[in-house]
Amino acid sequence: MTNPPEPTDRAAWMGQLARAKPERLRALFPVLPPYEVLRPAEIGTVMVQGRAGGTGAPFNLGEVTVTRCALRLTTGEVGHGHVQGRDKDHATRAAVLDALLQTNQSSALRAAVLAPLAADEAAHRTARAAKAAATKVEFFTLVRGEDK
Amino acid sequence: MYVAVKGGERAIDAAHAWLAEERRGDLGIAALSVAQIRAQLTLAVNRVMAEGSLYDPDLAALAIKQARGDLIEAVFLIRAYRTTLPRFGASIPVDTARMAVIRRVSATFKDLPGGQILGPTFDYTHRLLDFALMAEGEAPLAQDEAGQNDTPPAHIPHVMEFLNRDDLIETEIPSDATPPDLTREPMELPTTRALRLQALARGDEGFVLSMAYSTQRGYGRTHAFVGELRIGMVAVQMNIPELGFAIDIGEVEVTECETVNQFKGSKTVPPQFTRGYGLIFGQSERKAISMSLCDRALRWRELGEDNIGAPAQDEEFVLMHADNVQATGFLEHIKLPHYVDFQSELELIRRLRTEAFAAREAAE
Repeated sequence: MTNPPEPTDRAAWMGQLARAKPERLRALFPVLPPYEVLRPAEIGTVMVQGRAGGTGAPFNLGEVTVTRCALRLTTGEVGHGHVQGRDKDHATRAAVLDALLQTNQSSALRAAVLAPLAADEAAHRTARAAKAAATKVEFFTLVRGEDK
Repeated sequence: MYVAVKGGERAIDAAHAWLAEERRGDLGIAALSVAQIRAQLTLAVNRVMAEGSLYDPDLAALAIKQARGDLIEAVFLIRAYRTTLPRFGASIPVDTARMAVIRRVSATFKDLPGGQILGPTFDYTHRLLDFALMAEGEAPLAQDEAGQNDTPPAHIPHVMEFLNRDDLIETEIPSDATPPDLTREPMELPTTRALRLQALARGDEGFVLSMAYSTQRGYGRTHAFVGELRIGMVAVQMNIPELGFAIDIGEVEVTECETVNQFKGSKTVPPQFTRGYGLIFGQSERKAISMSLCDRALRWRELGEDNIGAPAQDEEFVLMHADNVQATGFLEHIKLPHYVDFQSELELIRRLRTEAFAAREAAE
């Protein structure tokens, strides 16, 4: 086993794997290595909270479906998957990759899986932002009749 | 009180079979897929997610298909499904200042930093039927801002913060209190703002709209301006106890509305604008604006305003009648067998009539 990853680093890749489109993740990483299931993939919900006024006291906005699982590789690393939606394969694949990213395969997997996912995401966000930018307006206040 | 009845199984089975056939409709027309509903009837899907209080576009689309487009029935299906799922926990409150915005407008500030972004809006359309859609032509593609290859800003400050900086508007007090959850404990009156916001967020759009409209027409004036309205994706983060840190589990689209309302002041505090807040799953600015007006109207007590007896100020009235699943359940139960109840009413009215006739005869 290599040194344990930094929490911020691990949180970043877990988030990247959770936000990935399930079919894209499957295409990038089709074959799973053997693993032992610690917590079978399970569908549930997470209550999404907002804040009054955007910054004040929390309130419950509504739930979101989430699938989670935990597993251990034959080499001992434990992986967790917590992904939005009800796709057990997505949660399992995310957990396997979470475990593998803690091994010496990390840099290869970063290049083969995380980098393309990050590129997809950046391209998608930039495309949305470009469409939004095309609808940016400047409003001009006209002189009203009674102001003359 | 309605009573249990026996019998009718065959008729019920036949009714359900016919319902399924009617749902499918004309076999000469291709069946509608759940994916088509999800991708093309997005705002209906959004409404079912918001009022069903469960963000899952596939399930909301399935519910709409199953309910034959009856959105309240679809909300009911989603609520029922939700009760079958375990809850893993609560998210960290979403940070709407870090929203990937596709729309952001302010009715109070013309030149807001970051600009006004119209996004994919119905505003400024002429509300004329577009027969090209009926002819199944290809939709035009959205335009891109040429040369826009920069990474979009990660943080877009709220317009209200500019007012807050000059102390012109009340400050929201940040807290990490665990909010009450009306899906777990029955609502108790008087409520808190957190509970009201939850109830309004999942309340019926039509009801919340009408309540908000009533405040504009004078039944509890809120005198609201839309300080900012924004739509976009926000990350959903959750602390994972096994790991000891928070991760992104996904992202949801939300509509947020902040209203600037008239003043509050006292002997010690100079006059300040007050706030109303709306946050809704999906794209629904009608609902988000309505929610913020209702939120503001219901805050009369904490802001030291008079209760003028307007319906929108009455939290019992608003919160107890906002939920369309509850309302439908109670309303529609009166069509179920009430034979025993009605039998007693029949007996009562027969007795009253007999007595009335007897009294009349005696008088004659």
